[in-house]
Amino acid sequence: MSATVEIKTNVVILFAGDSGDGIQLTGSQFTGTSALYGNDISTFPNFPAEIRAPQGTTAGVSGFQVHFGSVEIFTAGDVCDVLVVMNAAALKANLQQLKPGGIIIANIDGFDVKNLKLAKYPTAVNPLLDDSLRGYEVYQIDVTKITRTALSKSGLGTKEMDRSKNMFVLGYLYWLYNRSLENTIEFLKLKFKKRPELIEANISVLKAGYNYGDTIEAPMVRFDVKPAPVEKGVYRNIMGNQATALGLIAAAQKSGLTLFYGTYPITPASDILHELSKHKNFGVKTFQAEDEIAAITSAIGASFGGSLAVTASSGPGIALKGEAIGLALMLELPLLILNVQRGGPSTGLPTKTEQADLLQAFYGRNGESPVPIIASYSPSDCFNTVFEACRIALEFMTPVFFLSDGYIANGSEPWKFPKAEELQDLTISFAKNKLKTGEKFLPYKRNEKLVREWAIPGTKGLEHRLGGIEKENETGNISYDPQNHELMVKIRQEKVDKIADFIPLQLIDNGNAKGKLLILGWGSTYGSIKTAVKMCIAAGYDVSHAHLKYLNPFPRNLGTILSNFETILIPEINNGQLIKVIRDKFMVDAKGLNKIQGMPFTSIEIQKKIKEVLK
Amino acid sequence: MTQQESTYSVSGNTNSELLPKDFVTDQEIRWCPGCGDYSILKQVQTVMPELGLKREDIVFISGIGCSSRFPYYMETFGMHSIHGRATAIASGLKATRPELSVWIVTGDGDALSIGGNHLIHLLRRNFDVNILLFNNEIYGLTKGQYSPTSPVGKVAKSTPLGSIAHPFNPLALCMGADATFIARTMDRDPVHLREILKQGNQHKGTSLIEIYQNCNVFNDGAFEVFTEKGTKKINTLFLEHSKPLVFGENGNMGIKLDGLKPIVVKLSDVSMNDLWVHDQADQIKATILTRFFNKPSAENPLPRPFGVFYKEDRFCYEDAMNKQIEDDIKNKGNGNLDELIEGKNSWTIK
Repeated sequence: MSATVEIKTNVVILFAGDSGDGIQLTGSQFTGTSALYGNDISTFPNFPAEIRAPQGTTAGVSGFQVHFGSVEIFTAGDVCDVLVVMNAAALKANLQQLKPGGIIIANIDGFDVKNLKLAKYPTAVNPLLDDSLRGYEVYQIDVTKITRTALSKSGLGTKEMDRSKNMFVLGYLYWLYNRSLENTIEFLKLKFKKRPELIEANISVLKAGYNYGDTIEAPMVRFDVKPAPVEKGVYRNIMGNQATALGLIAAAQKSGLTLFYGTYPITPASDILHELSKHKNFGVKTFQAEDEIAAITSAIGASFGGSLAVTASSGPGIALKGEAIGLALMLELPLLILNVQRGGPSTGLPTKTEQADLLQAFYGRNGESPVPIIASYSPSDCFNTVFEACRIALEFMTPVFFLSDGYIANGSEPWKFPKAEELQDLTISFAKNKLKTGEKFLPYKRNEKLVREWAIPGTKGLEHRLGGIEKENETGNISYDPQNHELMVKIRQEKVDKIADFIPLQLIDNGNAKGKLLILGWGSTYGSIKTAVKMCIAAGYDVSHAHLKYLNPFPRNLGTILSNFETILIPEINNGQLIKVIRDKFMVDAKGLNKIQGMPFTSIEIQKKIKEVLK
Repeated sequence: MTQQESTYSVSGNTNSELLPKDFVTDQEIRWCPGCGDYSILKQVQTVMPELGLKREDIVFISGIGCSSRFPYYMETFGMHSIHGRATAIASGLKATRPELSVWIVTGDGDALSIGGNHLIHLLRRNFDVNILLFNNEIYGLTKGQYSPTSPVGKVAKSTPLGSIAHPFNPLALCMGADATFIARTMDRDPVHLREILKQGNQHKGTSLIEIYQNCNVFNDGAFEVFTEKGTKKINTLFLEHSKPLVFGENGNMGIKLDGLKPIVVKLSDVSMNDLWVHDQADQIKATILTRFFNKPSAENPLPRPFGVFYKEDRFCYEDAMNKQIEDDIKNKGNGNLDELIEGKNSWTIK
C-alpha cells in the first residue's frame, strides 16, 4: 500500500535511547543528510554525563534533537513532532517533549519486562499496550528482530548485529522523510574502512529500514520538507566546538603565528582539542597539560615566546586558572581563554548547558583585573567570534575571554562559510631591536591605545623582565610605590575600556530602535529569542531584540539603545548575571527571565514572558 | 654611565666578548645579606659567557619565593611568574621556541610543594630546559614556615612543636619521575657549582640541579655539615663519572656495593678495585645514590653525594612535537585554510 505524502514546513525529531544505542550518530547522520538536501537546520544533542550510564534507566537516556525545515530555523525546536524511542526509559524521559498528536516510533524489544522495570513503570504496565498513548500516533516496530533477520547470513554475532539497530531506525526515517541513503552509505564506508563486513552489515540494515517503510501494510503518511530558501552560496554543517577550532586555526594563519593550545580534558570543551589535534599540518601545537593550571601557564609561556596562545576549559577549570589569568593581564601578553560553559557550581551538570560563568569572567580573580569578554551566539558564529577574540588579544596585548556553552558547542547548524581571503588580516609586528637608534627599550611603554609592545626572546637588545609583582610604569621594574600602583591599576582598566572604540556598535537584531520592550540577550539564547520576537512582532507586539556579543567592554552605544525602551527584559540560562552588570553600569531597572534547568529556553517560554510584560 | 647603558654598549659586540658583568641588571638585589642566593647568582653570571649562547636567546623563568627574584637580576629575557608554575610556563615556551636556552629558577616550596605536579610532568616530558632548584629546607619569603624538605621535628613558625611531616627526598622524587639529568651541588662550593651548571646546560633534556642553599635568617646552618670545612669531607661524596666512590679526610674512605646495599669501607681494609665505580648512565645505581639521604648523625651514615647522579639521552618533547608536525605536513601537505573551512560535505544553494 503506497503512502500519501504530506508537505511540512518544519519538523522536529527527537532520537532517544540508551547512551550505547548510537543515538548521537543516528541524529547527526540524519542532520547531515538533511543539510545536504538543503534544509535549514538546528540540532541539540542531550546526553548523560556517564559514557555508559546504567542501561535501560531514565538516567542513561541519550537524546539528539534535530529541527529541520523549508523555512529559516533558529533553534532545535521547542517540542518535537516525532519521538523515536529505542526503549521504555527513552519514552518515559522524553514523552513530555512530544506535541499532542505527535508520532512515536518505538522499538518493541525495548519494552520487554526487564526494560519496563528498569524504566520504573509499575508492574504489568506497558505504555505500548495500554491506552496511555492514545493522544499520539504510535508506530511499533520490532527493530531488534528485523535487524537480526536482515543480518542472519552476515556471520556476525548477536551483539554485533544489535549494534546496527540504529541504522534500521535511520533507514526508516529516511523513508519517512523521503531522503537519500547516499550520504550515510558513504559515511559507513569511511567509518568501517578496516572492517568491510561491518560496512555491508550496516548498509543492509539501513536499506532494510528504508524498505520496511515501503512494504509494511499500514496506512502510512510520508512527509516532505522542501529545501529552505536560504541565501545563495556554499554551505556546510558545523558544530560549535568545531567552528571554534577552525576559527583558531584561521586566526593563526591570518596572523602568521604558531597556534599553541594548552588545555586539560573537560566536558564540554574537549572536542576543540580533538579537532585541533587533527590539523597538525597547519603547524598547530596542542598540549594536553597535567592540569588546568599548567594548561594556561604553558600558554602564557608560549605567548611570551610570540605564539597565538590559547587555553580552554569549562567553569571548574576556569576557576583553577584564575590566578594565571591575572598573571597574563599583569604581564600584558595576548592570551585567549575559552570557556565552554556548563551547569555549575562545582562539578554541577557536566553535560548540560548554562550561562552561569559570566560573572566569573567579569570578576573571578583577585585584585582589579579587567579582562575583555566576548560571547558567541550560535554554533557557526563560534568561528567569527573566536577569530575576533584573537584579534582583540593580539591588537591589545591582553587576555580575552571567549564564552560559548554546551548548547552551542554540541549543537550544529548549516554555515555559509567564508573564504580565507575574506578574513581580516591579523598580522602583528613584534618589537624591534632598538640598539641602532640608541633608544632604551621600555617593556611597558604604550602606544595611543595604551598597548605595550610584544618583545619576544631572541630579539637582540630587548632583554627585559616581566612579572606578576606590580611594576613601575614604563620600565616594568618591581615597584611597591603607592602612587605607581594606583596609576597602573587605572591604566590597565583604561586600556580595556578603550577597546570599546575598536569594536562595532550594537545593532538591533529585530524590531524597532525605540519602543515598549527590548529583549537583551547574550550567547546561546539567540535562537530562542530570535524566534520568539519574530512571532510576537508578527502578532503585533511592540518588542525588539538586541543580542550582545561584546560583554566587556560593552559597545559604546548600548546605553543609548537601552534608554530608547520602556522596559528591558534579559533572558538568561542562569540566576541573573548579565542583568546585574547592566543594572550596575547603566542604572536601568531591567527585568530578568531566568531558566536554570541545564536546558536552553524554548521560544514559547520567551513569548509567554513578552506577552506578560506587554499585557 | 649607568650600568644599564654599559650593558647595552657591550651587547652590540659579538657574543664571545660577553663578560659576566653583561649579565648583571641595574636592579638592586633584595636578598638578605649573607643569603646563599648571592653566590648562586654570581656563579650563574660567571658561567653564562662560557656557554656559547647569545644573550637574547636566554630566558630565566621563576615562580614565587626568595629564589624566584632571580630573573630580575639577570640581564637576559626573564619572567617572574606565579607560585609553582615556572616549570609549566617554561614548557609552553620551549614547545614553541625550541631554539631558546630556558632556565627555571625555583625553590623547595615552589618546585616541590605548590608546583610539585608540574615538576614531575616536566621531567617525564623531558623538555630541554635547566632547573635550578634552590633547596634551603624552609619558606623564607613568607618568613619561616617549614617546607616539604624540612626534616621531621623542624621547629618553625608554623610548627612550634616541630614538623610532623615526612620530608621529600628531592632527587629520589625526580628519579621516580624519570628525569634524564640529576645533579646536586651547593652554594658554598663555587667551583663545583659552576661545573655542574655547565654540565646541566650541555645536557639535551631536562637538567635538574638541586642546590643546597643556606637561608641564614630562617634556617641557618641547615647544610653546614656538608658545606663547612670541619665536617664537609667526612659527610660528602663528590661523584665523578667512571671514578670509584671515595670520600673522607684525605680520601681514606670508600663505598662498596654489597649486592644492592651500599656500605662504607676504609681504604685501608678494601682494595680500590672493589669500590663502586660511578656510572652516570646507570639508572638503578643512580637511584641507590639518591637514597644516600640519612642524617649524618644517624647510625652508619652514608655520605651525601654531590655531582651528576644520572644522565640519559632520551627524546625531548619539543622535538617529538615538531616531528609530528613535519610528518603530518609531509603526509598531507601544508594545511589549506579554504579546504579546512569547507570540510568534506559542503553543498551549494543556487
